[in-house]
Amino acid sequence: MKFETLLRKPAEWMRSTGPSHEIVSTSRVRLARNITGHPFPGWGKHQERLAVMGIIRPIVEQLPEMRDSFSEEMTSLNAIQKQVLVERHLVSREHAAKGPGCATVMNRQQTVSIMINEEDHLRMQALRPGLQLRAAFEQLSGIDSVLEQKLDFAFDENYGYLTSCPTNLGTGMRASAMLHLPGLVLSEQIGQTIQGANRIGLAVRGLYGEGTEALANLFQISNQATLGRSEEAIIDHLETVIQDIMESERNARFRLVEEKPAMIMDQVGRAFAILRYAHTLPSKEALNLLSLTRLGCDLGVFAPEDAEIVNLLLTEIQPAHLQVEAKRRLSAEERDSLRAEIIRRNLKNLPEPDFNGIVPPRDSEHE
Amino acid sequence: MKCDVCQQKEASIFLTQIAEGKMHKVNLCDSCAQEKGVTNPTGFGLTEMLGDAAAAGTVVKRTTSPTERTCPDCGFSQSDFKKTGRFGCSTCYQVFSDGLDALLEAMHKHTRHRGKVPARLASTKNMQERLNELEEGLQACIGSQNFEKAAWYRDQIARLKEDTPVAPAAQAMSQEGAEEL
Repeated sequence: MKFETLLRKPAEWMRSTGPSHEIVSTSRVRLARNITGHPFPGWGKHQERLAVMGIIRPIVEQLPEMRDSFSEEMTSLNAIQKQVLVERHLVSREHAAKGPGCATVMNRQQTVSIMINEEDHLRMQALRPGLQLRAAFEQLSGIDSVLEQKLDFAFDENYGYLTSCPTNLGTGMRASAMLHLPGLVLSEQIGQTIQGANRIGLAVRGLYGEGTEALANLFQISNQATLGRSEEAIIDHLETVIQDIMESERNARFRLVEEKPAMIMDQVGRAFAILRYAHTLPSKEALNLLSLTRLGCDLGVFAPEDAEIVNLLLTEIQPAHLQVEAKRRLSAEERDSLRAEIIRRNLKNLPEPDFNGIVPPRDSEHE
Repeated sequence: MKCDVCQQKEASIFLTQIAEGKMHKVNLCDSCAQEKGVTNPTGFGLTEMLGDAAAAGTVVKRTTSPTERTCPDCGFSQSDFKKTGRFGCSTCYQVFSDGLDALLEAMHKHTRHRGKVPARLASTKNMQERLNELEEGLQACIGSQNFEKAAWYRDQIARLKEDTPVAPAAQAMSQEGAEEL
C-alpha cells in the first residue's frame, strides 16, 4: 500500500465509535520484543540495525494481518509524511526521528502498526476505538504468538521479555486508553483524579504521550509497571480504574448540567460559534473548542452521530495533515487559516444547536 | 581499618567486586559511602568509584587496573547504563544482574515475571503459575459478580490450555472455577 492511499483513508479508529465512546476515544496496547544475539537498537551500530531489520521486516510483512500493508523504512519518508504518522498515533515521535535501519509496517485499516528498531527491535501496537483494551490485547498477543515461531525473542525465566529499558521488562506491555474528560476539567476535579491514578501505579499523560500537555481535554492513562503481573491482570486493573474514572466523569457532567446549566450552554455554544465562523484558528484553541463541541454531542446539543465529524477533525486539523491537504509546506499563519477553513466546511451542515436537553423546562418547577 | 577514600574515618562498609576476573576490595566510612551512592543499591561501579578517588590522589595502589565491567556480547558498560538508563543487549541483564532486583523493585514493585511465556520455552511450572494467576482473576471477578469479565478470564484459561498441554492438577482447579460461573 502506498502512503497516498493510507492518507486518503482515515484510520478505522479515527472514524468509528466503540464501546463507551462518549468518554473513551481509543484503546491501545503495545508489546516490546527483542531478538537474541543482536544489540538493542539504541546501542547497536547502523549496520547491526540494518541486519535486524533485514531479519524482522520480511517476517512481519508475511503476517496475515499485514496483507497489502504499508511498509516503509523511516528514511524513505519525508518530514511531513512522518509527522502524519505521529499525528495518527501510528508511530512514536522518537521513531519518526530515526535514521537508517528503522522501519514501520502497518495494516490497511491502520489498527495494527509495528515499528522495527524503535527503542526495541519490535514495538507492536493495536489501536481500537472506544474501550476495547482486552480485544486489542488478544489481537496483538495472537500476532506475537505467530512471530515467536519464527523469531527468537529474548526472554528470561525470571525477568520475562528482555527490553532495552528495564521499565518495560517482563510483559513488555503498555496498555493505554485516551479519555475525554471535559466534565472533570470544568469542575476542577481533574487534578485529584490524576493524582489518584498515579498513586495506584498508573500514568496519566497528554494527547501525544510522554511529556506532552493535555489538549482537547484528552488524557492518556496507562500502566506504569510491566513486571510481576500478567498481561490479563494489568489490563483488568487498568480497565477497572477506567470504569471508575468514567463514572466520575459522568457524575461531573451530570452535576454541571444540574448546577451550572448556563455555564455549560455558554461554553458549548461559544465553542461552536467560534469554530463555525472563525477564519484563523491556532491548533491548541481549535482542539479545545472541538472538545467542547464533542461534549455538546454527548449532552444532546448536537446529534450523537455528529461526534464522528468532530472526532475526525481532531486529527485532520493537525499541522502535518493540513500540509498534506494543501500539498505544500505552510507557514504557521497559513496553517491557522486553512485549519479554520476546514472546520467551517465540516461544521457547515450541522443543525442549529439545541439546548433544550440542558435547560430545565421552566413550568415543570411549578408542578 | 581506615576508609580508603578519606583515609580518616573508620571504615564500616566493606565491598568486594569481581570484574574481568580481578577482585577489587574497598573499605568505606559511612559518609564516604553515602557520598559515593553505595547505600543506594540500584547499581554502582566499584572500580569507577575507586577511579574517582584515584584521580583525587588519595587512594591505595590496589587499584592498578581500574577496568570496568563490560558485556562480553556488546561491550556495554555499567557507566553506559548510568548515562542512558538502558541496556545494550539481552545478555547485559545477566552481566549487570547485581543490584538489578532493587532497581526493578523500585520501578515495578516486583522482581519476577508473571505472564506470557514464548511457547518454545513454556515449562509446566510457569504454565501452572500462569494458570493460577488467571484463576485468581477469575475468582475475583466471580466474587465481585463481574460475570462479563469472568467469562473473559475463563476464555483466556481455555486458550492457554489449548495452546499448551497442562498438568492435570491445574485443569481440575480451573474447571471448578468455571463451574461456579
